[in-house]
Amino acid sequence: MSRIEQTFESLKNRGRKALVSFVTAGDPQPAITVPLLHALVEAGADLLELGVPFSDPMADGPVIQRASERALRNHVTLRDVLRMVEEFRATDQDTPIVLMGYLNPIEVMGYAVFAQAAAKAGADGVITIDMPPEEANGFIAALRDNGIDPIFLLSPTSSAERIKLIAHAGSGFIYYVSLRGVTGAANLDVEAVGEKLKAIRAQTTLPVGVGFGINSPETAAAIAGFADAVVVGSALVKRIGDLAAEQEKILTDVPGFLARLRSAMDQVGAAA
Amino acid sequence: MSRSRRSAVPEQQAPSASRAGYALPDERGHFGPYGGIFVAETLMQPLLELREAYARYRTDPDFLAQLEQDLRTFAGRPSPLYFAQRWSQRLGGARIYLKREDLNHTGAHKINNTVGQALLARRMGKTRIIAETGAGQHGVATATVAARFGLQCVVYMGTQDIERQAINVYRMKLLGAEVVPVESGSRTLKDALTEAMRDWVTNVDDTFYIIGSVAGPHPYPVMVRDFQSVIGREAREQMLAEEGRLPDALVACVGGGSNAMGLFYPFIDDGDVRLYGVEAAGEGLASGHHAATLCAGEPGVLHGSRSYLLETPNGQIVETHSISAGLDYPGVGPEHAWLKDSGRARYVAVADEEALAAFHDLTRTEGIMPALETAHALAYATTLAPELGRERIIVVNLSGRGDKDIHTVATRGGITI
Repeated sequence: MSRIEQTFESLKNRGRKALVSFVTAGDPQPAITVPLLHALVEAGADLLELGVPFSDPMADGPVIQRASERALRNHVTLRDVLRMVEEFRATDQDTPIVLMGYLNPIEVMGYAVFAQAAAKAGADGVITIDMPPEEANGFIAALRDNGIDPIFLLSPTSSAERIKLIAHAGSGFIYYVSLRGVTGAANLDVEAVGEKLKAIRAQTTLPVGVGFGINSPETAAAIAGFADAVVVGSALVKRIGDLAAEQEKILTDVPGFLARLRSAMDQVGAAA
Repeated sequence: MSRSRRSAVPEQQAPSASRAGYALPDERGHFGPYGGIFVAETLMQPLLELREAYARYRTDPDFLAQLEQDLRTFAGRPSPLYFAQRWSQRLGGARIYLKREDLNHTGAHKINNTVGQALLARRMGKTRIIAETGAGQHGVATATVAARFGLQCVVYMGTQDIERQAINVYRMKLLGAEVVPVESGSRTLKDALTEAMRDWVTNVDDTFYIIGSVAGPHPYPVMVRDFQSVIGREAREQMLAEEGRLPDALVACVGGGSNAMGLFYPFIDDGDVRLYGVEAAGEGLASGHHAATLCAGEPGVLHGSRSYLLETPNGQIVETHSISAGLDYPGVGPEHAWLKDSGRARYVAVADEEALAAFHDLTRTEGIMPALETAHALAYATTLAPELGRERIIVVNLSGRGDKDIHTVATRGGITI
């Protein structure tokens, strides 16, 4: 059983929903990433998404775009990101890490080389935002050969046919993009998300995580009412960006915010 | 003639039926390993809808009649094929013909495509148009058709390009478009395209994204090629009428590559016609400050398709340089990548200084002031013409006029206007 499967099963047994944190590797500087990941786990993250910086992040809003720019100013490469995963894994063998980014850095490294290196480093899943399953056959095979889950996104525009396709192509969990727009947008319609999740669950038994636009304990709690996982990214990354000048606070303030989402979600879990 | 060779307007000159016809892309937009659809999930459904709509209207007689009429009465087609006699004599080699896309409404080839896509947008019930622009030519051509059809229009443009192309920015505003400055990255075409994609992801329901080049996800490369191939169809017919034979070589500048694809496509099955795409060598390929994607790049994935890219060894997209904003782009249309690998077309690069020299040369010799993008193609023709000799014929796509560039040219010459 993969670390991702184990995590979701153990949470289910405890009646809890998964809290997934996203930060960009190397933002605002490489040395902070691994301590930050540990601190996020400490604050209640069940699964870690680690952003691989890319020069042209088409699906991200300004907050995560700037995080990518900050990381790239430090010349953070995909290999550096894998080294961070390896370093994290040395002291935490339980928390799954999902790499999230755009295809080109992986394309340049080569699918097989990347998949082997990612597995060796201790990564558990990969999300490539700009690679739909139609183009991903060789990539999915390379990941599966190395025991890594290919994780795909679904969106409000996904048809029933595409939900089926993606449910079949992906494993680990499904990431439902809860709004039409880039990451960090503010127009989340909780009720509409709930409706779409019913349509998704009709096609798959995979856990469904919801992200894009979750920026408060209240929204996190509402989404936790029907999703298996709540993904919070821009709200964390914005705080990291705001603290770029006083980085000693990042390791307390950012996990502190996550802890508030955790407790809001757990109250829902306890009531359910 | 194979089915997929038939583009939006019926072909006048079908290639010899005995030849195996060129039939790319495949159903999912692949040109060999290139092309395809590499976008976020939110854009998949809109792209599939666009693909269906385009597949339906590209053969719809009513749509094609409307397109033909607008190209004729609004864009001013057909554009002349002009024999540049004095310039040819001066170069002392092949006879050079210029396909005068600069005489189109808005002064470049870009209008061929924006008329087509705007008509499609209307048929699809979209009320809002967005576009990216580098030199501003595509932005102006988009703002123009938006005004013509009463559609709301937003154009994304890098702040560096806004500085270089102030006149075109003002033209767009006069036409009623909103020009959104893009501050991210290199503040040029690539960043404008990224930003337009973000807008589209957010507003997919009512918005039609008019991409200005043969780049982006399927079906854009094939659709833009089809709308632009009116250039090559006309050139073919005009050349046969004028000279009674096909040209020996076609030359066009390549940024994303839409004017080149438009000229090349109707000649692809004519193996004797050589195809030359001319990229921007900027300050020279060795300097690293250039935009010669096919000459100096590697395959990769950006902005929705797989093609050649200018990138770091770690897969980050690099900033490019060219004197011409329209060529200042680190990617290139996937069909050009395929034509390069298959050897059907050759790609060369011309530096800023050479393009400037050609700009002045053509202006003084023929009384035609070309765009700096176009001047790259002209610069290569000055090399090619003597090599080929007097019996040969070259067609250069005069893709745009140079009025927009006079400030850049003046600044280079140390002149303040």
